[in-house]
Amino acid sequence: MGLEIIADIRKDYVCNLVRGGKREEGRGFREYREISVERDIIKRAEGSARVKIGDTEVLVGVKVELGEPFSDTPDKGVIITNAELVPLASPEFESGPPNENSVQLARVVDRGIRESKAIDLEKLCIEEGEKVWIVFIDVHVLDNDGNLVDAAALGAIAALLDIRIPNERYGLTGENTLPMRDTPVAVTMAEVEGNILVDPNFNEENAATSRLTVISNADGSLSGMQKSGSGGLKEEEVVEMVEIGIEKAREIREKYLSPL
Amino acid sequence: MKEGTERKLIIDGKRLDGRGFEELRPIKIEIGVLKRADGSCYLEVGDNKVIAAVYGPREMHPRHAQDAKMAVIKYRYNMAPFSVDDRKRPGPDRRSVEISKVSREAFDPVIMKEYYPKMAIEVYVEMLQSDAGTRTAGINAASVALADAGIPMTDLVSSIAVGKIDGEVVLDLTGVEDNNGEADMPIAMIARTNTITALQMDGHLTKEEFKRGLKLAMGACHQIYELQRAALIERYSKSEGREEKKRD
Repeated sequence: MGLEIIADIRKDYVCNLVRGGKREEGRGFREYREISVERDIIKRAEGSARVKIGDTEVLVGVKVELGEPFSDTPDKGVIITNAELVPLASPEFESGPPNENSVQLARVVDRGIRESKAIDLEKLCIEEGEKVWIVFIDVHVLDNDGNLVDAAALGAIAALLDIRIPNERYGLTGENTLPMRDTPVAVTMAEVEGNILVDPNFNEENAATSRLTVISNADGSLSGMQKSGSGGLKEEEVVEMVEIGIEKAREIREKYLSPL
Repeated sequence: MKEGTERKLIIDGKRLDGRGFEELRPIKIEIGVLKRADGSCYLEVGDNKVIAAVYGPREMHPRHAQDAKMAVIKYRYNMAPFSVDDRKRPGPDRRSVEISKVSREAFDPVIMKEYYPKMAIEVYVEMLQSDAGTRTAGINAASVALADAGIPMTDLVSSIAVGKIDGEVVLDLTGVEDNNGEADMPIAMIARTNTITALQMDGHLTKEEFKRGLKLAMGACHQIYELQRAALIERYSKSEGREEKKRD
């Protein structure tokens, strides 16, 4: 109960600020919190990245293992994306099987990587119908101060940029690198009091009626979108959000996703 | 797996099932098809067959999940194992968990939850036969079933997907089109106020294609809204007519 009352007070506080044209941390409506991306930080992983957006912190590890292809795509590798909202990261998170929030987080991150065709899945085929590389993208949330989607998606593509194919471990020879063909970036916006806020923090997420994540590619085309939350959006708002999303993605891509 | 190019989906300006780019598949709506449910709807869109049932408002279980201020909406999208070519393992998978969440949120803005604190309004949607566009068919059926159950709502929700096949933005993809197409974008909308309550997209669209697709989908939601409305009017003008006669 105590938590609920505090949440209501926070919500009013955020709404009042936004009505006055302001945000917590003194940010502009179109401004991200400070972003940092550290790549290649987990030795055992074939690719990894730690992303911080303000106080939100997400660690993404990529493991590459040998396995069987799906029967409908015998000549293609496999991408499996998973997200864990571990109780360490937030008082709202509980241990146990994935709930709808972690499933949605994983599936939106997966959508960006898959639909942008960043990974050349045909290059992950070793023996058609028998042996392919399986790329596991695991999102580990460490601290949830809002906008996990953008942090996780940025972490995923950042980790993939340095991916190593572990041929030696399986006694195989072959190319150990796998250049990404695109760099999808997710940009999430929240609607609070009729205003569009880029990169909502935790309090803003709770005050928001709806959120829209826009995932765009290097050429400015779209590879994924997801609305969430209990509110509705007008056509003009959605179109504006898509335009902002593409623009912000371009800025993030230039700054954080250049080759090491 | 969207690859495009593998198969021609548009021949002489027509789609494989003979439809134009901006044409819906035939839709059939039946109301009150289940005896035990408080509200129900059977709906077909092309080869999709879906049945939706609504229970409640009734006590929310488990009790710790009750909301002291408003009703909780439960929405379960489920595919019958025989509804698809390769048998689907029964029970929720990650896809259906996500669809259930997005669909539930599509109804959040219209259901007057504050009338029923601590209660649950439960929506169960079963896909019996599927041919792409199942989540939108489910939302359309659920919307009518909610009205049939007498759940107070500000309006109906209508839903449809647009997609891209052979480089063209088209309405309401079939399974073949979805599997071989380049993009899919389902939306849900409150038609009367043009308010978008669900939006997803995957595949590849330029900004211009997105804008065109959104307009096309919104227009189609108006058509679907009229069909939903007509079905409800037909169902209830009949039984009310009978009651009036009795009173005479």
